[in-house]
Amino acid sequence: MNILSELDTPRPPPAGLMWDRALAYWLTSYRRVWRGSLISGFLSPIFFLVAMGFGLGALVDAGEGVAGVGYVAFIAPGILAAQAMQTAVIESTYPVMGAVKWQRQYHAMLAAPLGPYDIVLGHLAFILMRVALTSTSFLLVAWTLGAIGSPWAALGLPVAALCGMAYAAPVYAFAVRQEVDGGFAMLFRFVILPMFLFSGTFFPVDQLPSWLEPVAWLTPLWHAVDLCRSLALGTATPAAATGHVAYLLLWVVAGLWLAVRSFRRRLVV
Amino acid sequence: MDVTVPPDLNAGGMLIRARGLTKRFGGITAVDGVDFDVGHGEAFGFLGPNGAGKSSTMRMIGCVSPPSGGRLDVLGLDPRADGPAIRARLGVVPQRDTLDEELTVRENLLVYGRYFGLPRSVVHERAAELLDFAQLTDRADSLVEPLSGGMKRRLTIARALVNQPDILLLDEPTTGLDPQARHALWDRLFRLKRQGVTLVLTTHYMDEAEQLCDRLVVMDAGRIVAHGSPRELIEEHSTREVLELRFAADDHAPFAEKVADLAARVEVLPDRLLLYTDDGDDASGAVHARGLRPISILVRRSTLEDVFLHLTGRTLVD
Repeated sequence: MNILSELDTPRPPPAGLMWDRALAYWLTSYRRVWRGSLISGFLSPIFFLVAMGFGLGALVDAGEGVAGVGYVAFIAPGILAAQAMQTAVIESTYPVMGAVKWQRQYHAMLAAPLGPYDIVLGHLAFILMRVALTSTSFLLVAWTLGAIGSPWAALGLPVAALCGMAYAAPVYAFAVRQEVDGGFAMLFRFVILPMFLFSGTFFPVDQLPSWLEPVAWLTPLWHAVDLCRSLALGTATPAAATGHVAYLLLWVVAGLWLAVRSFRRRLVV
Repeated sequence: MDVTVPPDLNAGGMLIRARGLTKRFGGITAVDGVDFDVGHGEAFGFLGPNGAGKSSTMRMIGCVSPPSGGRLDVLGLDPRADGPAIRARLGVVPQRDTLDEELTVRENLLVYGRYFGLPRSVVHERAAELLDFAQLTDRADSLVEPLSGGMKRRLTIARALVNQPDILLLDEPTTGLDPQARHALWDRLFRLKRQGVTLVLTTHYMDEAEQLCDRLVVMDAGRIVAHGSPRELIEEHSTREVLELRFAADDHAPFAEKVADLAARVEVLPDRLLLYTDDGDDASGAVHARGLRPISILVRRSTLEDVFLHLTGRTLVD
């Protein structure tokens, strides 16, 4: 006996295709805080851009210079990528733990027809939107300040979005399994901050000790920085660009698989 | 409020059917092979102390916890394969509220309605009806955070009704509420019951079980130790009356020996003795005739609490 068919209830769409319903929640909740988050989201990268690009940049440009362009033009695309990473990591740590343990939104979603695929994809879609928003506002401000010369720099936007996802997905997988938020401080201090400093954002990685340079190549951030920069400076080659995109996609796909798996292990028990 | 009642199902059509249902967490067996059926329009209760397996059973019915063994049918479907389809027809009131406290009362209903894929206009219409049902219309646009516990609970119930569910699952719906808030909530649940909504609830409050449940099962240590209507359970597992004796002593156990033969059963509590007998006055006279002088004597009818004491061997304190 199948009561559902007797009652003529429409079946919910297959798993993963209800992600827009989860996204709708995050958008509703974002409506309350978007002004504040927008400002705080791009202020710190602007500070970096001004302090390093114009302050330190004056010294760099007075010396040998870097990559044959003004220092501020060198770091602006790098900061774009680094900011995408930072936004993505912040959005996929505390809010994820909150939805598991504090506000418990995931439990409410799971009681409805949504499943792990829908919930993870819906939240990541929201994070993607946040990354795209902060990256756009950073690009606009950087352009206004004259830190970006070429309109090709706008191509950095999809790269920044991809970079954000390459971090958000695996970090989500980590965050959804955490019992206490202590792990996040470690993540920021020992993973994100070193990447921010040593993945080519502020200086070319060939300045690193020779043993450290290959390590930088492994980080998704280096690929995103290099791609953003080569697009902005017009030095991109199809082969290198394809390689960078493929590597970032690999992190997105693997991270997504891990995120759904971790979500299920934590919440569907 | 308008609640759709599904067409009458074929005789014997059970909305929930469990056979040998089991849930294990690592080496711990939380639910140990339980059988039960819930029929359409019934108010069905799981009664038991904390850790008895009630919530684990509810989570399996709610399709958020895969069974480790046995069979479970909900609305004629298998939760393992058809979780989303079943959940689309369930309303869930979890033990701990999952409201978004930073959103308004109304926004909570709207967002939840969207989880079920309901069109915006339908959700808005139902939200207005549900606010009225939950007596929260005048708080519709205030944030959830400052609401009282009773209001939050009523909102959670209203939210669970947004998809017009066939079954409403309530996990300890009134735990932590003050007496007024509990009665207000029971009143709402009675209304739903009268409208034909099938209620499945867990509780560790005897009065709640007696008030709300047509049928219930008593769970202890993952097993069902008794089942029936509240009246049947009392008739089957307790005597008609109970004589309560309180002595001026710290330990009541020695007195139990002196009156053991006067009742079908004697239960020793820290502060009193319970004598299970069909005639309390008669037993009371006999106690006096033995020269025992309790400081207080009470004859009352048996309640579910007595059944519970008998079956699980402990008082419900937590």
